[in-house]
Amino acid sequence: MLRFITSRLLQSLFALYLIVTATFFILRFAPGGPFDREKAVPAEIRRNLEAQYHLNDPLYRQYLDYLWDLLPKKLDFRAGPGTTGDFLKDWFGVDLRASYTYPSRTVSEIIADKLPVSIELGLWSLAVALVLGLSLGIIAALRRNTWADYLASAAGMTGLCVPTFVIGPLAVLVFAIHLGWFNASGWSFPADRVLPSLVLGLAYAAPISRLTRGGLLEVLHQDFIRTARAKGASEFRVIWKHALRGGLLPVVAYLGPAIAGILTGSFVIETIFQIPGLGREFVTSAFGRDYTLVLGTVILYAALVMACNFLVDVVQAWMNPRIRLE
Amino acid sequence: MSLPTPVSVPPSPDPAAGAEPGSSPWRDAWHRLGRNRLAVFGGVVLGVVALACVIGPWLSPYGYEDQVTSNAFHAPDARHWLGTDELGRDLLVRMLYGGRISLAVGLCATVVALVIGVTYGAVAGYVGGRRDAAMMRAIDILYSLPFTVFVIVLTVVFGRNIILLFMAIGAVEWLTMARIVRAQVLAVKRMEFIEAARALGFGRGRILFRHILPNILGPIIVYTTLTIPSVMLLEAFLSFLGLGVQPPMSSWGVLIKNGAAGMEEYPWLLVFPGAVFSLTLLALNFLGDGLRDALDVRSSQD
Repeated sequence: MLRFITSRLLQSLFALYLIVTATFFILRFAPGGPFDREKAVPAEIRRNLEAQYHLNDPLYRQYLDYLWDLLPKKLDFRAGPGTTGDFLKDWFGVDLRASYTYPSRTVSEIIADKLPVSIELGLWSLAVALVLGLSLGIIAALRRNTWADYLASAAGMTGLCVPTFVIGPLAVLVFAIHLGWFNASGWSFPADRVLPSLVLGLAYAAPISRLTRGGLLEVLHQDFIRTARAKGASEFRVIWKHALRGGLLPVVAYLGPAIAGILTGSFVIETIFQIPGLGREFVTSAFGRDYTLVLGTVILYAALVMACNFLVDVVQAWMNPRIRLE
Repeated sequence: MSLPTPVSVPPSPDPAAGAEPGSSPWRDAWHRLGRNRLAVFGGVVLGVVALACVIGPWLSPYGYEDQVTSNAFHAPDARHWLGTDELGRDLLVRMLYGGRISLAVGLCATVVALVIGVTYGAVAGYVGGRRDAAMMRAIDILYSLPFTVFVIVLTVVFGRNIILLFMAIGAVEWLTMARIVRAQVLAVKRMEFIEAARALGFGRGRILFRHILPNILGPIIVYTTLTIPSVMLLEAFLSFLGLGVQPPMSSWGVLIKNGAAGMEEYPWLLVFPGAVFSLTLLALNFLGDGLRDALDVRSSQD
């Protein structure tokens, strides 16, 4: 187990290094810079700005400097997160630097400001996906080849093929504009969470229900289920205690990609519902060549996805003793 | 084996697939596919949509750029079957043109993914040993990266070039293909006819591409069919964010984006492109599932 954790940690660090390097150089070789605006900046100010951000240093120098800033240089929890509001800097000495588009703010501040919104949206969506997907899948597997099963797989197929950016606007049209049950956009009231989470969650409920159905059907034929029934366990207990543990393995394996998908899927949802989250910020920052903000967000997303994949692997091993972590 | 086969794939040299005498495994699979109603439905829908997109724009009296601003936001009627958009352009023609782009992106990016994935997976599976382990570890690392984020950076940075879009999407989607192909190659390379080929002194490349690959065409075809919809979805996703195909060209993703902007008063601009796009994805998925059953590829291969 310890070996597994260390090897995965090293692997993730290497992957992070790769993605930082790739993103850094792609951004730099791209045409256009952060100070190219429609209204030309006076040459002198531009020179000052570029000097301030060290944009005139040789590229390898800028790259090494950036890497050095990313490196954790201390471990000091005495400085509370309140000192500068940037706990990465206070605790670990990691500096994501200042944003280019908002010169007075650091990238960490912007992320700290926007990320909670995206996380909340993601968690609600994940809850919707799991509750809906699991219950549809279980019903379909237990009532195999009945109308309930067909209805569940038809719903699953629809969820798979109608993309969120079609369902989203349609949901706004019907539930917000015509019926007036919800606000069409925004993130101020508890009710504002409903439509975005449902739309984003639905897309992932579909594959989850298919995987649940398939996994359960495979398990229900096995000997240990027959043994449990023979020992007189109630049908409810057979399903919940015995079948689901093995039957949900494919679902757990899918959760890694699903979490990554929900994170990036929220770009579209945040655009449709005008939610002030990190996804929308990321797309805007990439358009604006805000080098540091793009890099900071990419690092964050990569780290999040890797952390989730790691968790999924551990849970999988816990659910199925036959999987050995190596 | 010399019988003409109804499908345009080379007959499999593997005679041990339990076929009736005088009938090839491919012919059996074709018959099984024909009996699967959903798959046939998918194939027909796909054929109709593709045909309409290819020849439709020639038959229409309108061009996809023709703007008649006095005729903007015209509801569907006999002249404009699906209405017009904010610049008075005919929606049907724009959907047919957009379909060409969407389908072309789907096909080309899938071909890119296919070439990279099959080559990488086949080589890894065939050389085996430590080189195989290293190649698969690299795939594991790539899997853990949030690639959509990366594609967004790429497309933003290098302008909205369609060719680049193909490459970027294809470069993302090859990983699963490589895994599937590797697993298949590992299974096939232990078989006796491969040993025989080796005994005859054939080179590695010849054995890999002439003897092993034709035997694992089934899974490759199935997974290719299932890659196309996910590629099209990614293109539409990028176009929706404003990163994909640029005006005056259109793709289904662009049309959906524009439709969503004005849906309150002009819902047809969202509903028609959304419906056709979803229907095409549905057809592709039905066809892929049908092929999987017909070619008897186990579903737990990813």
